Amino acid sequence: MKAFGYVRPRTVEEAAEAYAAHPGARYLAGGTNLVDLMKLGVESPAVLVDIGRLPLDTVEERPDGSLRVGATVRNSDLAAHPLVRDRYPVLSQALLAGASGQLRNAATTGGNLLQRTRCPYFQDLDKPCNKRVPGSGCAALAGVHRDHAVFGHSDRCIATHPSDMAVALAALDARVELYGTEGTRSIPVADFHRLPGEHPERDTEIRPGELITGVLLPAARAGVPSAYRKARDRASYAFALASVAVVLRVADGVVDQVGLAFGGLAHRPWRAHHAETALLGAAATPPAFEGAIDLELERAEPLRDNAFKVPLAHNLALDTLTRLAPAPSPV
Amino acid sequence: MTSDNRLGPHSEITLRVNGKPHTLLVDHRRVLLDLLREDLGLTGSKKGCDHGQCGACTVLADGRRVNSCLLLAVTLDGSEVTTIEGLSGDGEEPHPLQRAFLERDAFQCGYCTPGQICSAVGMLAEAAAGHPSHVTDPAEPSGRPVPLDRTEIRERLSGNLCRCGAYPRIVDAVEDVIR
Amino acid sequence: MPPTDPTPQVAGGGPSGDDPLVPGALPAEDVAAGWTEAAGAGGSARTAPPSEAPGARAVRTYEEPAPRTGAALGAAAGRREGREKVSGAARYAGEHHLSGRVYGWPVPAGIARGRVTGVDTSAALALPGVLAVLTPGDAPRLAEPDDATLALLQNPRVPHRGWCVALAVAETPESARDAARAVRVTYAREPHDAGLRPDHPDAYEPEEANGGQPGRLELGDPAAAFAAAPVRVDTAYRVPPLHNHPMEPHTTTADWDGDRLTVYTSSQGGTTVRSVLAGLFRLPEEQITVIAEHVGGGFGSKGTPRPDVVLAAMAARRTGRPVTVAFPRRHLPTTVGHRAPTLHRLRLGATPDGRLIALLHEVTTHTSRVKEFVEQAAVPSRVMYAAPHLLSTHTVVPLDVPTPSWMRAPGEAPGMYALESAMDELAGALGLDPVELRIRNEPERDPGTGSPFSSRHLVECLREGARRFGWDRRDPRPGTRADGPLLLGTGVAAATYPVMVSPSTATATALPDGTFVVRVNASDIGTGARTVLAQVAADALHVPLDRVRTEVGRTDLPPAPLAGGSSGTASWGWAVHEACTDLAARLAALTGPLPTEGIETRADTTGRADADTPYARHAFGAHFAEVAVDTVTGETRVRRLLGVYAAGRILNARTARSQFVGGMTMGLGMALTEGSTLDRPFGDFTEADLASYHVPAHADVPDIEADWIEEDDPHLNPMGSKGIGEIGIVGTAAAIGNAVHHATGIRFRDLPLTPDRILGALLREG
Repeated sequence: MKAFGYVRPRTVEEAAEAYAAHPGARYLAGGTNLVDLMKLGVESPAVLVDIGRLPLDTVEERPDGSLRVGATVRNSDLAAHPLVRDRYPVLSQALLAGASGQLRNAATTGGNLLQRTRCPYFQDLDKPCNKRVPGSGCAALAGVHRDHAVFGHSDRCIATHPSDMAVALAALDARVELYGTEGTRSIPVADFHRLPGEHPERDTEIRPGELITGVLLPAARAGVPSAYRKARDRASYAFALASVAVVLRVADGVVDQVGLAFGGLAHRPWRAHHAETALLGAAATPPAFEGAIDLELERAEPLRDNAFKVPLAHNLALDTLTRLAPAPSPV
Repeated sequence: MTSDNRLGPHSEITLRVNGKPHTLLVDHRRVLLDLLREDLGLTGSKKGCDHGQCGACTVLADGRRVNSCLLLAVTLDGSEVTTIEGLSGDGEEPHPLQRAFLERDAFQCGYCTPGQICSAVGMLAEAAAGHPSHVTDPAEPSGRPVPLDRTEIRERLSGNLCRCGAYPRIVDAVEDVIR
Repeated sequence: MPPTDPTPQVAGGGPSGDDPLVPGALPAEDVAAGWTEAAGAGGSARTAPPSEAPGARAVRTYEEPAPRTGAALGAAAGRREGREKVSGAARYAGEHHLSGRVYGWPVPAGIARGRVTGVDTSAALALPGVLAVLTPGDAPRLAEPDDATLALLQNPRVPHRGWCVALAVAETPESARDAARAVRVTYAREPHDAGLRPDHPDAYEPEEANGGQPGRLELGDPAAAFAAAPVRVDTAYRVPPLHNHPMEPHTTTADWDGDRLTVYTSSQGGTTVRSVLAGLFRLPEEQITVIAEHVGGGFGSKGTPRPDVVLAAMAARRTGRPVTVAFPRRHLPTTVGHRAPTLHRLRLGATPDGRLIALLHEVTTHTSRVKEFVEQAAVPSRVMYAAPHLLSTHTVVPLDVPTPSWMRAPGEAPGMYALESAMDELAGALGLDPVELRIRNEPERDPGTGSPFSSRHLVECLREGARRFGWDRRDPRPGTRADGPLLLGTGVAAATYPVMVSPSTATATALPDGTFVVRVNASDIGTGARTVLAQVAADALHVPLDRVRTEVGRTDLPPAPLAGGSSGTASWGWAVHEACTDLAARLAALTGPLPTEGIETRADTTGRADADTPYARHAFGAHFAEVAVDTVTGETRVRRLLGVYAAGRILNARTARSQFVGGMTMGLGMALTEGSTLDRPFGDFTEADLASYHVPAHADVPDIEADWIEEDDPHLNPMGSKGIGEIGIVGTAAAIGNAVHHATGIRFRDLPLTPDRILGALLREG
C-alpha cells in the first residue's frame, strides 16, 4: 500500500470535485474490498476520497412506492430494513448470504456493487492478469478456474463478479444512480457491470470520477414473492459457486411477472433474459420452469473445470422458482 | 464548507478507545487493528489474516462489530472503539461472555478468542435490534428481536474462524449468556 | 510377558454421560466467578476431591513406572492461562513491544525455479522509514542448517515459488510492506515441474518416511494373495495438499544484546528453536533465550523453527534493532510446510466371511527439491488389521514445489482416510456391516512388527460408538434415505495414532509458603499443557492442585521436547512426575523447616522415556458421522459426529475433550471444505488465503461429541496416558466420506467433497 493522501468531502459535489482534482484518486466507503486490494498492491490510489460519511445512508420510500437506497447504507442495515425485508426479500436474503456479520456492518451498497473479482490470479501481482495489467494475459484460462465464468467470458478474462447483492438487484430491475461532474444519471443494475470482452480492466459502465449515490428499487417489484439461493463450498462466509435471485408473480397459474438472475456465473450478474421471456405468460409449473431455465443455460460455455456450474444453476433456479410458485389450486 | 483535506501521508485523529480519548498522528495506511496493537499497545485484537477473512481482529466501532484490519484509522476520527480489553468495564469483573468462554472451555490456543467474544457481543446486539441472518426464516416479522437458537448463533458467528475447533463450546458459551 | 488385559470402563467424562447426542455442560464449578479467583493457579483443586476421579478404575498389575492416582489427574481442571486469553492480556510472539522494535516483511520468489540474478533495493530503501533490505547477496552468513528450508538468503537459488528472496525492514509494518513490494528482483528462470504423478521418472522409494518409518513393509506374498482372494477391492483415493493455517501466523520478535539473542517466537518447541539458532548463528546455547509463552496454534507447522525466526534474528543483527517478522497469511502455504498431496492405491483381498487375506496400500506423494519429506500415509495400514499378507509402500517425487511438512497426524490422517474408505468398500462388497468387518479383522498382535499391543481397545470403541450413535438402527442400503431434497447417510471409520514420547527434563521446587513450582520448557499451543502438568505434579506431590504453579514456554526453564506427535504431555509429564516424586520423598525425609530458597529436584527421563519397548503402543478410536447431501446443490453438511477413543488415561477431561473435538473439526474440514490446488504452471497453491482455502466455519460444525473408554495401560509412562492431540482428525474424513456414500450410493475418492464433485456425480450416477 503506497502512501496516499486522504480527503473527506462533506457533500456529493465536493466528493466529485475532490476526485477530479486529484489524479489517481479512489473513492473509499466501507473499505472492505478496497483496503484489502490496497494491501495486496492491486490498488494503489494516490488519494482516497472518503465518502463513507456522506449523507447517503438512508433508505427512503418515494411517493410512487419505489425505494431509494443511499450508496452508503451498510449491507447489514439494508438487509435488516423492514421495507426491504417485507417488499424485496430477495435483496435481504442475498445480502445475508454474503460475507460475514462484521463485513456487512462495514460494506456499503455502492461498494458492494463495485467490489472486484476474487479470481486468485487477479489478486497475485506475480501472475498475469488482463484485468489487473491489461495485455499481461489470463492465467486462469489454462489454470485453476473451477470458480470462473460460464457465461459471457472472453479469451481475455474469465473472472466472475463476486457480489450476491447485485444479483438480487438485477432480478429486481433496480437502477444504479450515479453522480458525476457531468450530472446525474441512472442505469439498470443488469447493465451496470460489463462483460470482459477486450477490456476486462473495466468492470462497470461507471465513468471516471462518477460516484454511486444510490440504488433505486422499483415499486413494480415491491411485494412480489422473491428469494435468493446460493451454493458454496462451506456453509457460510464463502463466495458463491453459483446463486440465483428470483422474483416471481403468478396469477391464475400463469407467470405474469418474473425476474431471474444468476450469480457466480459471469463477469456480471447474469440476467436470464431468455428464460424470463419464456416464463412470462407460461404456466407456473416445474416443467415450464425447467424448459425456460434450459433455454438460458444451453447458451452457457463452461470451461474445462467448471461444467458443474450449469446443472447447479439449473437446480438452484428450478428449486427456487418452484418454491415461489403458489401450489396449484385444487380444482 | 470545504473538504477535509489531508494530502500528506499523515493525519491527526481523535478517537475514544475503551472509554479513553486518544489523539494520534496516524499514517494514512494504518488500519485500526495496527493502531490498537502498535500505537496503543492493545494487543488483544489479533491479526490472523489482515484481510477480513478470519475475524480475529473483530472489535466494536461505534457499537458495531467490524474487522479492524480493514478499517483505515484515518476514517475513524471521532469514533468510539471497544476492544476485548474494554469489555469488562473497570476490569474487575469479566464480561459475561468472557466468563462463559472460561466456563465452557470455549478456546484452546486463544488467538481467535478475543475476536470471537467481541463478535458475539456485537451479534447479540444485532439480533436484539431485529437484524435477521441467513438462517432466519424470511417469514419472521421484521423489526422484532430475533430469537437465537444454535443454528442462528453458528451462522452469525461464521465470520470468526477457529482452527482449534472450539466451535461447539463457543456456541455453548453464547447460549449460556443468552439464557 | 503378555500385555495386561484390563477391562475397559466407559468413562462418562462429564455430565453428558448417557445422553450420546446432546453434549451436556461441562462442570463449571472449577472456573472461578471473578477475575481474581480465575487467575493464577486456576483453583480447580477444590472441585475435585479424590472420590470424583472419573470412572472406577480397573484392577491393574503394576509392571513399569508406577503411576500415582490422586485427586487432580483426570479432573476437568480449567485452563490456567484462560483469564489472560479471554481478556486479551495473553501476549503472543509479535506482541512484545521492545523499545525501538521494527518490522520485517519477506519478499517471496515470483518464479518456480531458477536463481536470483539481481535485487534492486534502491526504490525500497528510498521509502520513508525503511532501514534495510536483506538479500541473498548481503544477508548475514549462517552456518549450514540441518533443515535446508532455513538456509535463507544464503544463495541465489530459487527452489520454489514463494521462497524468500529478500526481507525488507522498516520502522512500521506499513513501511515494511511497501518496501518489500518496491524491491525489484530479477531472475534467471529455469523450466520447472510441479506435476505429481505415480509414473514420474524421478519417483523413488525412500528408505524412510516421516517419523523414521521404513518406506516399505512387505509381509508374506501380498500380490499373489490378493490375486487369489475370493473377494477383492482394488481402489484409489486422493488427498489434496492441505494447509495447517493456525490462527496466529508464524511470527518472531528477535532482539540482540551484544552476542546475546532473545527471540519471542510462535513455536511448538522452544528448545529446538534455541539449538537450531545456536547452530545457524554459531553461538553457545546459553546466549540464546527463546520465549514462546502463548502460541496461537501450530498443528505441526510450528513444530520446528520456520523462516520467521531466522529472518527476524538476521534482520535484528543487521539493523541493531529488535525486529518482528510476522509472515503474511498469503505467504504461509509456500513457507511453513503443508500436508503433501497423497495418491493412494488400496487393494484388499478377503474371504467371503470378511477376513482379510491381503492388504496392499501404496502411496505416492511429493516433496520439494529443498529436502525430502515423505508423508507416511501407508504406515497406519501396518497397524490396523490382521492381514497375513501385507504391503505398505511409499513413493516420492521431488518437484519444484514448496516443502511439505507436518500437519496434524501426518501419515495417519490421509492414510486412514484411504484405508478406512477402502474398508467401507470392502464391507459393501461383502454385504457385511462395516463395524463388524473391522471387528472381524482385529489383530492379536501388531501386524507390522509382530509385537504385542500395550493396550488396544478399538473393538470397544467401535461397539461403544455404535451403541451411542444408534448404529443398530442403520439400514445398510446406500442411497435410500431422503428428507425432502436431502439424502441422509451414516458412516463409520476407525482411528489410530502411535504413542510417542521423548526424554525431557523438569524441576520441582517446594517453597516455604507451602506452594510448589514445576518448571519445564513445554509449549502450550492450546492443549492446556500448563494445566495438565500442574495436575501431574499435584498428584505426584499429594497436594491440592492450587498449591502448584507451572512455568512453561522459556528456554531458561529445563529443556524439553516439542509439542508434537501427540507426545508433549507424556514427555513433559513424565519428567514432572519424576521430579515431583523425588521431591515428595525428599520432603518426607525432611526434618525441620524448609530452607528459605526451598528445595528443588530435577529429573531427566533420558534412558527411560526413550527406552526400547517390547510393545506396540497406539491409541485407537472410532468415528461415526451422519451427513445430509443436498441433491439440489451438492452441498454436504455433517449433522452428527461422534468420536470414541481409547487413549490411555485421560488426564484432563475438559481440555482432552476440546482437543478431540478440535481434531474432529479439522477432519470435517478435510472431508468437506479444505482443499488446495498445486497450480502446475506456477508451482504454488491457488488457494493462498483464508477466503479461498476453506477452513470450516461455525456454520459447518454441528454439535460434536467426543468421549473415551478409560484405558489402563501400564506400559506407557507414569501417568498412563497416550497422546490425544491428533487422533481426532484420523478417520474422521473417512467416516464422513463413508456416510456420503451411504447417503448417495456413490463412492467419492477425491477430497474434499465439495458441491462440484458431489453434484456432478449425482447427475452422472444418480
